[in-house]
Amino acid sequence: MYQSQSVLGQTRGSKNKTLADCSWPEAGLDAIPDWVYTSRDVYDREMERIFHGDTWNFVALEAEIPNPGDYKRSFVGDTPVIVSRADDGSLHVFENRCAHRGAEFCRHSQGNTREFVCPYHQWSYDLKGNLQGVPFKRGVNKEGGMPRDFRNEDHGLRKLNVTAYNGVIFASYSDKVEPIEQYLTPEILEDFHVIFPGKPLKILGYYRNELPCNWKMYHENLKDPYHATLLHSFLVVFGLLVAGNKSMMLSDSVHGRHGIMGSAKSDDLYANINPETKKEMRSFHDGLRLRDERFLEFIKEFDSPWSVTMQTIWPNLIVQREMNTLGVRHIIPNGPDSLIMQWTMFGYADDTEEMTRHRLRQGNLMGPSGFLGLEDNEAMKFVQEGVRRSSTDLNVIKLDAGRVGTSSSLISEASIRAMYQYYRSVMGF
Amino acid sequence: MLNTMKTDYSYTPSRLDPMQSQLLRAEVEAFHAEYCAVLDSGNVETWPEFFTDDALYRITARENADLGLPVGLVYAEGRDMMHDRAVAIARTQMFAPRYTLHMVSNVRLIDDSDGVITAEANFLLLQTLVEGPSTVHLAGRYYDNFVRQEGKLLLQERQVIYDTTILANDLVYPV
Repeated sequence: MYQSQSVLGQTRGSKNKTLADCSWPEAGLDAIPDWVYTSRDVYDREMERIFHGDTWNFVALEAEIPNPGDYKRSFVGDTPVIVSRADDGSLHVFENRCAHRGAEFCRHSQGNTREFVCPYHQWSYDLKGNLQGVPFKRGVNKEGGMPRDFRNEDHGLRKLNVTAYNGVIFASYSDKVEPIEQYLTPEILEDFHVIFPGKPLKILGYYRNELPCNWKMYHENLKDPYHATLLHSFLVVFGLLVAGNKSMMLSDSVHGRHGIMGSAKSDDLYANINPETKKEMRSFHDGLRLRDERFLEFIKEFDSPWSVTMQTIWPNLIVQREMNTLGVRHIIPNGPDSLIMQWTMFGYADDTEEMTRHRLRQGNLMGPSGFLGLEDNEAMKFVQEGVRRSSTDLNVIKLDAGRVGTSSSLISEASIRAMYQYYRSVMGF
Repeated sequence: MLNTMKTDYSYTPSRLDPMQSQLLRAEVEAFHAEYCAVLDSGNVETWPEFFTDDALYRITARENADLGLPVGLVYAEGRDMMHDRAVAIARTQMFAPRYTLHMVSNVRLIDDSDGVITAEANFLLLQTLVEGPSTVHLAGRYYDNFVRQEGKLLLQERQVIYDTTILANDLVYPV
């Protein structure tokens, strides 16, 4: 069951505003109006201006399609696409829509093929998305068939621009989007190199879940270090993140659309929390200890001051480095009230057996059953339900007031403000 | 442990005579009933007691099982890890209140040799959220290895392989 698992899955009419009625509140960057999460018109403009606009959208990891003929179904925004590797090793992304009658012809999530054939009328396409064959193109017994001027090259699949960077594949509808290195911006690129140094990855597996919240909330949640020490008592109890730990909330300095939430775990297995900090955290549980402490071990494998970094790469990618559990999360918007999250967990091809097991054990932190992941999912669901059904309509974004962008404090919403400053410029709000 | 983890989830014909294994079947079915009763009554901290000390427990999508990928939505090596998860859920985690109901059927005894009983069973996990309908939250199959300790069956390995490709929001409790 999608979007809800709720009986009252309705959005109030006043929250489903038309674009003409969407005017940003006077509080400016200190507020977010509910309609950015609930309006269908806003959502449609986001698909057009953001996901189909001048952005690079994550679509796959090269390790998923290493060989010629390998393909994977994916999405750009909510548009279904196929990512394929041709015989010459080149990467291609095209819409999963037959040029003839629009069928979403590719139904397997991944595989290897010589060509794509639409099952409806068997139009066939090569691995680059070019139309190869049309059955009965010249008709039968000199009757019927395509007109003389029908040219296959005019009827290929809708192709997107593709780029790959250190094993990560992005696609774009835009011809004027900047090269990926420039797009990522220097600060993000530096941390991107930590997890993606260019060495071969080993895919460990997938999680997929539907999250009944607006897609932007997922970005905001990872630009909101305030919640991390409050919602996630698990982090606090086990010293993975405590208000006062060495940490950062970085916004890219070019647009403020990408971010990195980073923290450094102390050398102690469990946190030492001073009494003043403790009394601010209702969810804190003193004295909890693990029976199996292997789970919390941090094997220092990266040249980075941070044991944890969560990159938010606009508009649809989260890169997770939570100690030794690594993954990418692909955000697929699914209407204003829902997103599909596809998690690809990985290690490196040269990992030992024991390192792989360590990553799997630590994987219990993340994903739809992870000690952190499930709380985020629950909280974001609560927010979406709240903004859909309530009569009031403002979110208060005042922590660390006046600052827009990078902040050294966890008790800050400066990164969320930076994202919305950029968002408003693109969306015209 | 990873090198011994079950990796083949294809159809395996039973090697046991159905009539001669009736008692064992009754015992395995009783095990499922108790296991589910513990989970469905909210006693998650009792759940690890159904496993041996060194047991492996994994919940993963059929997609991963078919591709031979080792990741677990939940992955526990040993009863201590299961205990830690149970305590975390029961005492530290934030989630909306919910009821779960497991239905287990099509119990298949595959083999009984060298002290290990190999079995499979289909399950449906129904979830009911406050203010929500009851939904089929997860549909899948258990792939189990049981051993007998002090006369009781315990799980040495349980692979929970689910068909429900896209999970509704999250999965809080063990299955």
